[in-house]
Amino acid sequence: MTLRDLINRLLGRQQSSAETARERLQLVLAHDRSDLNPELLEQMRREILEVVSRYVEVDMEEGDVSLETEDRVTALVANLPIKRARPVPLPREPGHDSAGGNDAAPVARATLSR
Amino acid sequence: MSAAVNRTILICSGKGGVGKTTLTANLGIALAKQGTRTAVLDADFGLRNLDLLLGLENRIVYTAQDVLTGNCRLEQALVRHKQEPNLALLPAGNPRMLEWLTPEDMQRVAAMVGESYDYVLIDAPAGIEGGFRNAMAAAREAIVVTTPEVSAVRDADRVIGLLNSQAVRPIQLVLNRVRPRMMANQEMLGVNDVTDILALPLLGLVLEDEQVIVSTNRGEPLTMNGANSPAARAFTNVARRLRGEDVPLLDPSLEGQGLRAKLGRLMTRKMF
Repeated sequence: MTLRDLINRLLGRQQSSAETARERLQLVLAHDRSDLNPELLEQMRREILEVVSRYVEVDMEEGDVSLETEDRVTALVANLPIKRARPVPLPREPGHDSAGGNDAAPVARATLSR
Repeated sequence: MSAAVNRTILICSGKGGVGKTTLTANLGIALAKQGTRTAVLDADFGLRNLDLLLGLENRIVYTAQDVLTGNCRLEQALVRHKQEPNLALLPAGNPRMLEWLTPEDMQRVAAMVGESYDYVLIDAPAGIEGGFRNAMAAAREAIVVTTPEVSAVRDADRVIGLLNSQAVRPIQLVLNRVRPRMMANQEMLGVNDVTDILALPLLGLVLEDEQVIVSTNRGEPLTMNGANSPAARAFTNVARRLRGEDVPLLDPSLEGQGLRAKLGRLMTRKMF
């Protein structure tokens, strides 16, 4: 460790290289183990959001689908903030993108829970 | 010695240069010294080196290839270690042999060797391609060697995935080339980082040790002459744990606290 590294570390400016190594490994292993490339993951994320948004309004900007790994088990973790439920599920395959969070007719849903 | 023990253990890592062959040679000698009949199989047909680390390179007449083609009997191909008669090496065949070698061939050779040895250690080639898969087919259990570096851990993870898919078990981990001071400074992945990520039980911790290089220069594994260097002790302990003895693991954070270690460090100290 150089003197500069030590000072940076003490001042909290820089995380230790072991910490960086750990984080990088965890990310790369999650992808290695699932054998999914980022492109496929992105496609899956879009389709999951599509399906979910037929039933509930989700925040398309905040929605996050990622891989996490622990004890050699890799999990697909979707974190989708729900704005509100839909009274009637949207039909299947309405048009490809289905509805986002900012579509029309929000007033009718006020009677629903949440 | 009961022949009932009979364990066929693959020593593998994925990445090259992390210490597979060094571990195989030292473990082989240590097991033999502890009284078990041990055979080491060089499954690295492309780049064989196990003979060199054991100092047996000048005594090879036949190889695994000759056994498989019926060119010689197994006993003729096995090279017995002079100082450690409990240990024998089955040398790897010609690199050209890789083209026709099948997983069944490796299984056949390992089974033949297993008939007269308690422990059969298979030194796997680096990588996860054909040569590795052949070697894996012959093994019942495995030792994965890695170092606390991102590339080695990543490659070990790939290998563990393959071993799991072939129901090789148990799989145990040897963490090699550990530098306690760098770990203490958070400049190297910690022991727990590696065992958590790979989710394997730890069979041994081997400290970085210059004596390993000296011993390979001579073709005399560290475990042979009762050398008291850190790596020599670690390899001997791996052998004892493998045989079921309960030997506590070394704690790297306590390493180098002794007077001798402190004196040695004083002489070679770098500032920061």
